[in-house]
Amino acid sequence: MNLRTLLEEKKSSIVKKWVHVIFEQYPPDSTNFFLTQKDRFLNPVGHAISEGARDIFNALVDDSEPEKFYPLLNDIIKIKAVQDFSPSVAISFLFLLKKVIRVEAGAEIARRNLTPELEALESRIDQLILLSFDIYSKFRERIFEIKNDEFRRMTFRLLQRANLICEIEGEKTTPGEETVITNK
Amino acid sequence: MGILFSFFAVVALIVVVFVGVQGANLHYLFGVIIPFAAFITFIVGIVYRVFRWGKVPVPFRIPTTGGQQTSFPWIKASRIDNPSSALGVAVRMALEVLLFRSLFRNMRSELRDGPKLSYASSKWLWLGGIAFHYTFLIILIRHMRLFFEPVPGIIKIAESLDGFFQVGAPVVYVTDVVFLGAVTFLFLRRVVIPQLRYISLAADYFPLFLIGGIGVTGVLMRYFFKTDVVGIKELTMGWITFSPVVPQGIHIIFYVHLFLVSSLLAYFPMSKLMHMAGVFLSPTRNLANTNRAELHVNPWNYPVKVHTYEEYEDDYREFMKSAGLPVEKE
Amino acid sequence: MAVQKPEELSKVVYTFPSTPWMDTPVEIKKGIFCWGNKEKSLKAVGFPNPRQWSVTDEDWKLPDNWKEIFIEGLRERVDKYRSFRLFLDICVRCGACADKCHFYIGGGDPKNMPVLRAELLRSIYRKYCTTSGKIMGKVAGARELTTSVIKELWYYAYQCTECRRCSLFCPYGIDTAEITILIRELVNLLGLNIEWIAGPVANCWKTGNHMGLLPHTIIDIVSEFKEAIYQVTGLKVDLSYNRKGAEILFVHPSGEYFDPNGNVTFMGYMMLFHEIGLDVTLSTYSSEGGNFGFFTSNEMAKRLHSKIYAEAKRLKVKWILGGECGHMWRVWHQYHNTWFGPVDYLEEPVSPITGTKFENAKSNKIVHITEFTADLIRHGKLNLDPKRNDKYVVTFHDSCNTSRAMGLFEEPRYIIKNVCNNFYEMPPQTIRENTFCCGSGSGLNASENMELRLRGALPRGNAVRHVRDKFGVNTLANICQIDRATLQTLVDYWAKGVAVRGVHELVGNALVMKGEKERTTDLRGDPLPGKEGE
Repeated sequence: MNLRTLLEEKKSSIVKKWVHVIFEQYPPDSTNFFLTQKDRFLNPVGHAISEGARDIFNALVDDSEPEKFYPLLNDIIKIKAVQDFSPSVAISFLFLLKKVIRVEAGAEIARRNLTPELEALESRIDQLILLSFDIYSKFRERIFEIKNDEFRRMTFRLLQRANLICEIEGEKTTPGEETVITNK
Repeated sequence: MGILFSFFAVVALIVVVFVGVQGANLHYLFGVIIPFAAFITFIVGIVYRVFRWGKVPVPFRIPTTGGQQTSFPWIKASRIDNPSSALGVAVRMALEVLLFRSLFRNMRSELRDGPKLSYASSKWLWLGGIAFHYTFLIILIRHMRLFFEPVPGIIKIAESLDGFFQVGAPVVYVTDVVFLGAVTFLFLRRVVIPQLRYISLAADYFPLFLIGGIGVTGVLMRYFFKTDVVGIKELTMGWITFSPVVPQGIHIIFYVHLFLVSSLLAYFPMSKLMHMAGVFLSPTRNLANTNRAELHVNPWNYPVKVHTYEEYEDDYREFMKSAGLPVEKE
Repeated sequence: MAVQKPEELSKVVYTFPSTPWMDTPVEIKKGIFCWGNKEKSLKAVGFPNPRQWSVTDEDWKLPDNWKEIFIEGLRERVDKYRSFRLFLDICVRCGACADKCHFYIGGGDPKNMPVLRAELLRSIYRKYCTTSGKIMGKVAGARELTTSVIKELWYYAYQCTECRRCSLFCPYGIDTAEITILIRELVNLLGLNIEWIAGPVANCWKTGNHMGLLPHTIIDIVSEFKEAIYQVTGLKVDLSYNRKGAEILFVHPSGEYFDPNGNVTFMGYMMLFHEIGLDVTLSTYSSEGGNFGFFTSNEMAKRLHSKIYAEAKRLKVKWILGGECGHMWRVWHQYHNTWFGPVDYLEEPVSPITGTKFENAKSNKIVHITEFTADLIRHGKLNLDPKRNDKYVVTFHDSCNTSRAMGLFEEPRYIIKNVCNNFYEMPPQTIRENTFCCGSGSGLNASENMELRLRGALPRGNAVRHVRDKFGVNTLANICQIDRATLQTLVDYWAKGVAVRGVHELVGNALVMKGEKERTTDLRGDPLPGKEGE
């Protein structure tokens, strides 16, 4: 038996445990809501994290290409980036996976001498963590961008009226994308 | 803290009965005076509270609209969820009061993904609420036999339906079982669901323990201790004919039951249980959505300071003229 | 220092205090709150206790008798509003509302559960206004009013968008909006507001609109719209302001003069009015349909909107038509008539084009633009070419106020279905009366509270994303200026690639006008379907 079949076998308990520890990072009174409300529209946070965790785990077990992980991590981190998590906590859910795997399957792995395979898996999780850093910063940056865009939309006409900006002829004039040149 | 406080408060009430009835032999106090006082507190208290609410004006017409408004004949309006007539309001209120329609909303058609857990949990609250309130009502009606001689046919019919699933003597009433189950459920969900535990106060647990206590003593009395029904009826008929007698030999459990009921009656008007009366007065439910078609008067509407057109024109007259806008004063 | 394991790390930072909520002091977080009001904004309208203060300061410089002011204010209001007293009295804490709030769904802060948000004030009410609370204290759910409680009330009252979704599910109809409105009134007595609301209120008082636009500026902006319409249609469209004797006064949210999404909606109105030859005028004095006063106090709301009726009277119009705006319609529909009625100087509204009597508005004489337009379309008075909107795959966001305080569901949908060929609904539990708020309503559309807004918008954004992925939806139509301005930002995060458009922008695109040139672009200057190469 290799690690892959072992993890396949223990998939449901590992994913369940993992999702659980992720939600333990929320106020305990809310953990229950996130875990039990199964409607994806009435509980988008719970849905994104439960589904995302399952898919990430499957992709890891299937040894998928890194590109496959990108949208999965995206969906989770997008949400975490607007909740009041510090960056370290926001992406700590991947560290938690390592621990959950060791707790749930550690003994068996040692017994079957699969430790080298586990180490390989863990280093792949480490890569995901690095990727998560990038994604997290991307979304934080995105928040500042949209703030900026909103501000520009609000003030575009004002600046235009005050002759502080001019539109470059022939360019698209969607606010937020136009080139801004101050006259001063 | 709320749970323990409430639990021991109810235990204390029970202890009081043992001390008072068995210890000090105050049968008349516990059999007549306290129930009377409690009943009067209940009636006066409710009337006072409702009167108090009624005295406060409804300044604005603020129904929560749960469906299409009445606008054009060719657009089908939602006559109940967004009523525009007195009849619509009456039906909406009836559905709210009798069937707990708003709670029922929780389980309306929802696209599901994965197991239907939340569907179930929202349905349970509605079901628990319905079971609790309706069995309470039927049990109350059954108790009316204590106040009539002869017992009216309608009460007998209710009893025989209730005891339909006879499993031996005495007849086991379905309502007793469902009632205790519902109280337990309403209690457990407060303890088990973290959000609810977080928001629950002593004022939420106390009535549950009290009502649970009433139910348990009632069941004990009926099925286990075999209290003297004839004696009890003598007492209750004494109350309503205002010639109270306290028959000898009624089991202590009856006094416990009666004292808990008295406590509930006396506690009722000052508690959240007043939602029973309050629901009828709720301005988001009992008003028709006719704000633009009919005038709703606010009794304390008062004139407010305004910024008049004249002041505005004085401020900006030159700008207005330069923009070609007409002005009142040149 | 030993490195913490992630689980421990998260525990340290995020374990919610296991203390009961009453004993958990408020922690005011950046990204969640809006900046406090400036002194001058309160002074401009004569609000009490104006002063310079800062949310992040320990000392909020409350007036000496702050406690007295608050409690007196509370006592006064429970005797003025049955809703308020009743809602403070009868909650059984059943929890049906707990998971109905978009801020709770998106963020998980327990004090954003509607029941707990209300308990923040209920505990004070019990302590100072009920006998049991006075005697029993904490056991009865009562607590002392402290400066920390004032901060908590302020913080959470400005984390509620007054969307009334919880009220729909409450078995007693308890409306958190009602509680929030009155908490805001009470803290406002202490000079605690937010600048994002207080500033526009001051502007509106003086200049007639939240934006502070002066009369000539409005005329200037509209001339730009005229030019833009000319570019698209080749028609010279006119619009009059402050004109006496017009049949109808049109009032709309002033944000439409500024926000690009609003601009095109306004152009849609202009084209419609021109096409049907409506005898309509607007006013620079009453140039605001929205009402941020409603987010501070009832009285302020009435003070601001008195201009609308005063102006209708001065200009001697017959009735009033209102533009696309959410909270504006909550106020117009549920409050105007009571504040200003009987409106006997106006006439019962009748459409001059179709002769339809607007029976549902016969008393306060104000008609919603989608009611007006839907009636026109129903009577076949508009020549529409929905193919011009074929690039748009449209879904409709029901705004909270027009949904749960009015029930305006079919009229906008009827219009959309007549001007667009591709329309898809979002999932049923997220639309109509169940609609999710944009997360920025009730004056919370500032930028310093962006994290709060993003969390609040998650349920809506998630549903938009679903229809975007499933049906290729690229247009989120709506009838609210706050939606157009703020939801654009929020879907840019949650469902990128979806544009937010007013319903009358779509009408303007589809409207075939008499004498127009062959259009090659839509109102935003984007090529029409089939005209890409031109």
